[in-house]
Amino acid sequence: MLNYTLKRMATGLITIWFIASATFLAMHMVPGDPLADDKAVPPEIRAALLEYYGLDQPLSVQYLRFFNNMLHGDFGLSFTQKNRAVNDIIRAHFPVSAMLGCVALLFAAGGAMVWGAFAARFHRRWPDYLVMAIVVASISVPGFVFAALAQIAVLHINQRFGTQFPLAGWGTLQQMLLPALVLGLGTMAYMTRLMRSSMLDVQQAQYIRTARAKGLSPARIFWVHKLRNAVLPVLSTLGPAIAAITTGGFVVETVFAIPGLGRYFVQAVQQLDYTVIMGTTVFYGSFLVLMVLVVDLLYALVDPRIRLQDDR
Amino acid sequence: MPFQAWAVNHALDTDTHTVQLALSTEPPNLNSLTSTDSVSFFVLLHTQEGLLSYGDNDTLVGGVAESWQMDGTQVSFTLRDNARWSDGKPVTAQDFLFAWRTALDRATASNYAFILYPIKNAEKVHRGELPPTALGVYADDDRHLRIELEQPTAYFLSLTTFATYYPLREDFYRKQQGRYAADADKLLYNGAFILSQWTHGASLVMEKNPQYWNAANTKLNSIRIPHITNDANTLFNLFQSSEIAFTELSRETLPQALQQRLYIQSFLNGMLNYMEFNFREESPLRNHALREAISLVIDRQSLVNKVIAAPGTRPTAHFFPAWLPGLAPTANAIPAPDIGRAITALHTAEKELGMQVPPLTLLIYDTPSAVRQAEYLQRVLQQTLGIQLIIDKQIFKQKLAKLNSGDFDLALSAWGPDYNDPMTFADLLVSSNANNHGRYRNEKYDNLVMQAATLPPGAARTDTFAAMQTIIQQDIAVLPLTEPGIIYVQNRQLQNVKRSRFGGDPDFRHAYIDGQHVP
Repeated sequence: MLNYTLKRMATGLITIWFIASATFLAMHMVPGDPLADDKAVPPEIRAALLEYYGLDQPLSVQYLRFFNNMLHGDFGLSFTQKNRAVNDIIRAHFPVSAMLGCVALLFAAGGAMVWGAFAARFHRRWPDYLVMAIVVASISVPGFVFAALAQIAVLHINQRFGTQFPLAGWGTLQQMLLPALVLGLGTMAYMTRLMRSSMLDVQQAQYIRTARAKGLSPARIFWVHKLRNAVLPVLSTLGPAIAAITTGGFVVETVFAIPGLGRYFVQAVQQLDYTVIMGTTVFYGSFLVLMVLVVDLLYALVDPRIRLQDDR
Repeated sequence: MPFQAWAVNHALDTDTHTVQLALSTEPPNLNSLTSTDSVSFFVLLHTQEGLLSYGDNDTLVGGVAESWQMDGTQVSFTLRDNARWSDGKPVTAQDFLFAWRTALDRATASNYAFILYPIKNAEKVHRGELPPTALGVYADDDRHLRIELEQPTAYFLSLTTFATYYPLREDFYRKQQGRYAADADKLLYNGAFILSQWTHGASLVMEKNPQYWNAANTKLNSIRIPHITNDANTLFNLFQSSEIAFTELSRETLPQALQQRLYIQSFLNGMLNYMEFNFREESPLRNHALREAISLVIDRQSLVNKVIAAPGTRPTAHFFPAWLPGLAPTANAIPAPDIGRAITALHTAEKELGMQVPPLTLLIYDTPSAVRQAEYLQRVLQQTLGIQLIIDKQIFKQKLAKLNSGDFDLALSAWGPDYNDPMTFADLLVSSNANNHGRYRNEKYDNLVMQAATLPPGAARTDTFAAMQTIIQQDIAVLPLTEPGIIYVQNRQLQNVKRSRFGGDPDFRHAYIDGQHVP
């Protein structure tokens, strides 16, 4: 187990190095000038700006500098927020995205298990079709539509009943619920489908028939034999899902005015904010690698049949 | 849907004199030496003050300076003895000298360093050809600041309202070790408000600055900004639920605001939208007759009424917006399209070019409004002249890169004023100006701009600008199209919010809440 973990961590580092290098190259190949602004400046001012950001150096020097700083955990100052360190941006805004993502994921995973099992239980009857219809709608309708609709609904409720549910903002649990619900919806839908088909597979399995023949109670069969086995494929998607849900909140963060990292990430790409692009990409890349590893280890705990050792 | 009478109004608090607003983005940079964007300028307008400031109708009024005198190249300011920083220390002439020298230091990398160039030796200091001490600024004592200009500059006083000209205190700036203005406590304030809280990306609170010399006239106790988003629907929803007292409307939210009979106002923000032509060697747009043909088929009235279709926006054929001071009054007649003349011009162009007009590329920002305008132009050019227009939509930095490298035939561009003088527009078409993306070049025009720069206000200067306008029109150097209007809703109890075309906007420094006014 330890051996395996160490090995995975080593390949993880190589993956991160690859992500960083590929992003660095791609970013510099994207057409556009990171220092250009609505109002162009005289050449001597442009020269001073290039020097300030080290962009007057050849690409190879910039790459080595970036790498050296990255090894020291320093991603430099943002281009657009001129006096803020990229590290400060990540430190201030990632916890917001992570918090929102966790609530969303809790909602998504919890909902998916309930609805997936429910749909499987009533396979090919109307509750199954209803759940699946909602699932298809949730997957195909883009998030910003749900976000906008949810907000308008709250506005109307407030106006009709004189309540004061927050429309946007960040800080209280109340403000967190609606965006988390909207953010988790797509993931929940996807996971519900997975859970349903996995549940159906398990129901056909020989060991369920054996369990029934042994005279186990239906509750025990459901909790110990069905659910525990059916949840495995869902669990394996959890790692990428965590990474996706904590990073993909750009739309939700904009609509609900949430100071998450997702907004900074997307804005940085649009603004060609080199340092923020590198900082957030390397950070998210590492996060994804870590999450996949954690889930794989978790997998072994849930299912002892999986041995995390080298096959010889 | 009407408001419930008992819904709590967060937007305004008549007891504590608090107003709540939203910002479109986090202020990217509150270091007045290097900030360039409108959101930062908005915060800086409320928290900092230069020598002079804009009063009603864009007249100059005293800021830190109580009196001033300009005589040719000599300018002198007397500072108020009660102008103070938020820590209680007086604002001195030395603070201005330090700020301006720092802005001109190459290591500061200030985009707007050039706005200090009218000061003697400023450009040479910035280029490193002269030491900072050679700058023509003298702090005679704490309260007297003397400035020597490179040449007489009629609009210099107007420049002193600009953020780059704000004072900065050396000891405080140095203590922040390069992180000045990174957080609320890393700033020192001398304006009507102080930034008391700043949670990045989430919220800001500005509170009345008791040390401000004119604090008696600051009616608001605090300006709270609990939301930061640029989503037009969210902003309008927040306004409707009385969480914010002011917001701009988009094409999408305007119909709802109209339907609810909200108090909608509009404001010409001073900008000009125009079409640029590429005058580079290989471009067919170098041909005057071709530019003429294009200019003759565009119907600005339809463009504004049917395509842009946002109230407040005006068509214009003038490069200098009419609100600028020191211009001869002109009837801003909008020329009607003349297809017959356009086709004649097109034939001339084809003869001179020795070929059919090739497909032309129109470079635009990828925004819904720009796309609609481009599609309109595409249709008109195709239908009237048979010219094929290829629309090249690009996002922010990519469009700028293509503009700067000349990778376009036509482009839709916009320009906003930096100060209250026609020079802020005239400069734009000078052959050496980096914002003259099409490389338009007319020596007569360049000379006129140099003349106007040194002329004192008066008839001669007015005539010079009129002559520039004539040249722009004759050469069809660019094609002015519209002056965009901003439409916005404001809580009716909120009074005296000033909209301004330069510096920070909107201006809440003298706003107040009228509790008597029933919403």
